[in-house]
Parts: sequence; C-alpha cells; structure tokens
Amino acid sequence: MPPTGFTVWLTVFSAAAMAFLAVFALALSLATERMSVRWGQELARTSTVRISAPAAQETLQTAAALNVLQTTPGVASARALSDAEQEALLAPWFGADLPLDALPIPRLIEVVEAGAGYDAEGLRARLAAEAPGAILDDHTRWRRPLIEAANRLRTIGWVSLLLIMSSMAAMITLAAQSALSANSGVIRTLRLVGARDSYIARAFVHRFTMRAALGAGLGTVLAMGAVAALPKADMAGGFLTGLGFSGASWLLPLLIPPLAGAVGFAATRAAALRALRKMP
Amino acid sequence: MIELHKAGYSYGQDAILRDVSLQLAPGSFHFLTGPSGAGKSTLLKLCYGDLLANTGTVKLLGQDARDLSRDALAKVRQRIGVVHQDCQFLDHLSITQNVALPLSVSGRDVEAEAENLAQLLAWVGLSPRAHALPPELSGGERQRAALARAIIMGPDVILADEPTGNVDWEMSQRLLSLLLELNKMGKTVLIATHDLGLIRAAKAQVSARVLRLTDGSVQLAGADL
Repeated sequence: MPPTGFTVWLTVFSAAAMAFLAVFALALSLATERMSVRWGQELARTSTVRISAPAAQETLQTAAALNVLQTTPGVASARALSDAEQEALLAPWFGADLPLDALPIPRLIEVVEAGAGYDAEGLRARLAAEAPGAILDDHTRWRRPLIEAANRLRTIGWVSLLLIMSSMAAMITLAAQSALSANSGVIRTLRLVGARDSYIARAFVHRFTMRAALGAGLGTVLAMGAVAALPKADMAGGFLTGLGFSGASWLLPLLIPPLAGAVGFAATRAAALRALRKMP
Repeated sequence: MIELHKAGYSYGQDAILRDVSLQLAPGSFHFLTGPSGAGKSTLLKLCYGDLLANTGTVKLLGQDARDLSRDALAKVRQRIGVVHQDCQFLDHLSITQNVALPLSVSGRDVEAEAENLAQLLAWVGLSPRAHALPPELSGGERQRAALARAIIMGPDVILADEPTGNVDWEMSQRLLSLLLELNKMGKTVLIATHDLGLIRAAKAQVSARVLRLTDGSVQLAGADL
C-alpha cells in the first residue's frame, strides 16, 4: 500500500486517547473493587458502642458496657478508644486542634466480633440494662448501601472500559474503510495481477493493527504516569483507598496495548473483507 | 485455454459484443483488430475475467467464468498474463517491485526469484531502469515493464491490449519481437490493436490469425490483411 500522510497519526492519536481513558477506567474499577472488599471485610467484623452520658456518668457507663461486652459470646474484643484516637477520627472533619474536652463527644468502644458473631438484640437488651447510655451500632444500616455503591462504581468502570474498546473498534473501522476507499486504484491493480482479497486485506490489517498497538502503548504509558502521580491514600486522610493501582495490579494496564492491537486487527479485517466484497 | 461461445456484452443498453465465438488454441498467435470503440478492450476483459459476459459462455482455462469465486478468479489470473492498455502500475513502487507484484500476491518468495527477475528485466531491456518509478519511464519502457510483469509467472496465455499504442515504430517492432519470441516458446498470444502495420509486420514472421471486430461480432480477416 502507498504510504499515507498525516492521517496515520490520527489513528495513533485516537488509539492513544482511548488507551489513556481505558487505564483510568481500569484504575476506577480496581479501586472501587478494593474499596468494596475493604468496607465489606472491615465493617463486617466490627461494631461500635457509643456511650452518650453526662460527664460524671461516662466513665462508669463505659466500664459497665465493657464488662457486658467482654462477657458476651461472639465478641472477640472490646476496647474504649482513647482521646487521641477519637481526635484522630474526627480530625478530617474538624481539623487537628480539636478541643475534645470542650465538646460533648460520646465515648466510643470498638467491638471486634469473633466466629459467627454475637446476638445483636440480646446485647442491646443487656446494654440497656447495665449501661443505659450505651448504643450499639453494628454498621449494617449503612454498610450495605456503601458496598452496593462501590459495586456499582466498579461495574461502571468495567462498562466504561468496554465502551472505550468498542469506540476504538468503531474508529479503526471508519479509518480502515476510508483507507480502502482511497486506495481503490491500488486494490484494482492488485486484483488484476491475481491478488486474493485475503492478501489485500492483510496489508491494511497489518498497518492498522500496528497503529492501534503503538497508539495504545503511548496512551497507556502516559496514563500510568498520571495515575502514579495521583495523591496517595494516606495523603487523602485515609478516607479513600486511592484511585490507582497497587502491587501486581500495575501489570494490568500493560494488557491494554495488545488488547488494542487485537481490537484493531479484528475491526480492520472485518471492515476490509466487507469492503472488498462490495468492490467490483 | 480461453474459449468464448456466443458471448455478448452490453454497457447499459449498448450492445458492444454480440454472439462472439472464439477459441485460443495453445501456442497460437492472434491479432484482434477493429476501429476504435469497436469493443477490442471489452473482449479482452472477458478473456481475463475483468468483465462477465451478459450472454453466452466464457471459459478461462477450462472453467466457466461465471462459476469462479473471487479467489478462484485470482488464481486463474495468475496464469494469464495481461499487458493492459494503461499498464496499471503502482506508482509508489519501483519497476522491479511492480514486475515482481504477481510473485508477491501469489505467495512466492520474491527474494528467491531475484535472479530470474533480473534476467527478465534484462530481456526486456530495463536493467538500467530497475529502480525507477513508473512515472519516470517513457511510454516504451512502461510497455516493456508491463510485458515483463505479464510473463513473470510463466503464464501460458498472454493478452496485450494496444501494447504499441503510445510508442514509436521502432519500439513497436521491439515489443512485437518480444511477443513473437514468447510465442516461439509455446505461449498463446492475443494482441488487440488497430495498428495494421504491426499486424503486417507480424504476419511476415509468424502464422498469425487476424480477427476483425465489426459491429460487435468477430470475423476472420481476409488475405488483404
């Protein structure tokens, strides 16, 4: 096939842009999957007992609640959070210099479940009797919606990835059809000297596959750099797991260039054979 | 080889060819003549499957042209050498690459055939121009390159559409001598031309059958030609 001009760079650029977006879609999917797992795991095994009592009663009721918890089957451990720990929990919202003693902040008791867990209703009844200011929060109320939201985000991420690859296939198909049309004279000559359609298609397929893979490679490298430059989870105060890759998942974006090449191959081959069938 | 039996072709409502019956026997030499617009090129296109006859039958190397799939037609074309009126080169490839094109498309190793390719270019007198691009060649050089490409695969049939249309008399004679040489090797040759001088020159050297295309039908030309 004759060499093409600047149009080759359009295909490369499009593939690079799609790959760039694909990396972020992949990062979103993986991050939300981690988030979903983390919330599910951490929150499933923990509960919180909140002691809301006048200051004079707080210590007594905290001790009473701890005693109940430590004698409840299914509770592995129960521990009252210190002032420093409570301050650290509230710091993301209220700032580092939080005057805890000036605010009526309830005492929190962290409860870790064991085995099959505890009887929540039974524990509530005992706490009501022994420590009336103690309120048990087993996190089910808000755990499920969070996990559902995370799962939906993950699905959106994977669907986005699929849409991006489909868009790439569509763009390459259009580019291939345009190239075939522009080279109709060359195709006619090849046919006159005995070329089969598969031979002719191969010339286009090779060209567009390489462009798709090259562009996707460039886009992937740029996107991985951008992801690496994102703020880390601890810098975000631990509220987010971080939109990025971790550990072995950094290898996953490297699959995007060969995948793009495969998409380019399939799309161009289909477009080429279809167009060649229609050409006289 | 190539047979036409009552073949006809029309461009829209215009019937260009009517009831054309023709048989190119192995090793024969034919001229197809007639005035400009008579349908010589059309008839030649039927002979290599570029057009399908509207009526009658056309057999290419024993196969009905209508029954040939695209791939089967490609294979048949690898065995019929055609010198097109407009040469049909790829201008971005050198002459050597253009001549080697039939080798490439048939899956043969062009590198392994490099020596044969060089000998062929030398035979048609194009060795000094082996790396030139088609637009850089003269009319005669293009025709010789087209002839080289037509025979690179060793076809048994060679069809030439006005091979001397754009060249001077001396080059015409040179092209004719190349075609006569191929015929002596046993190739079947059919030349479509309106150049009566060329036909007379050929008849002095070989037993050539002259077919005249008139009003869409083919007749054997008389002794006056």
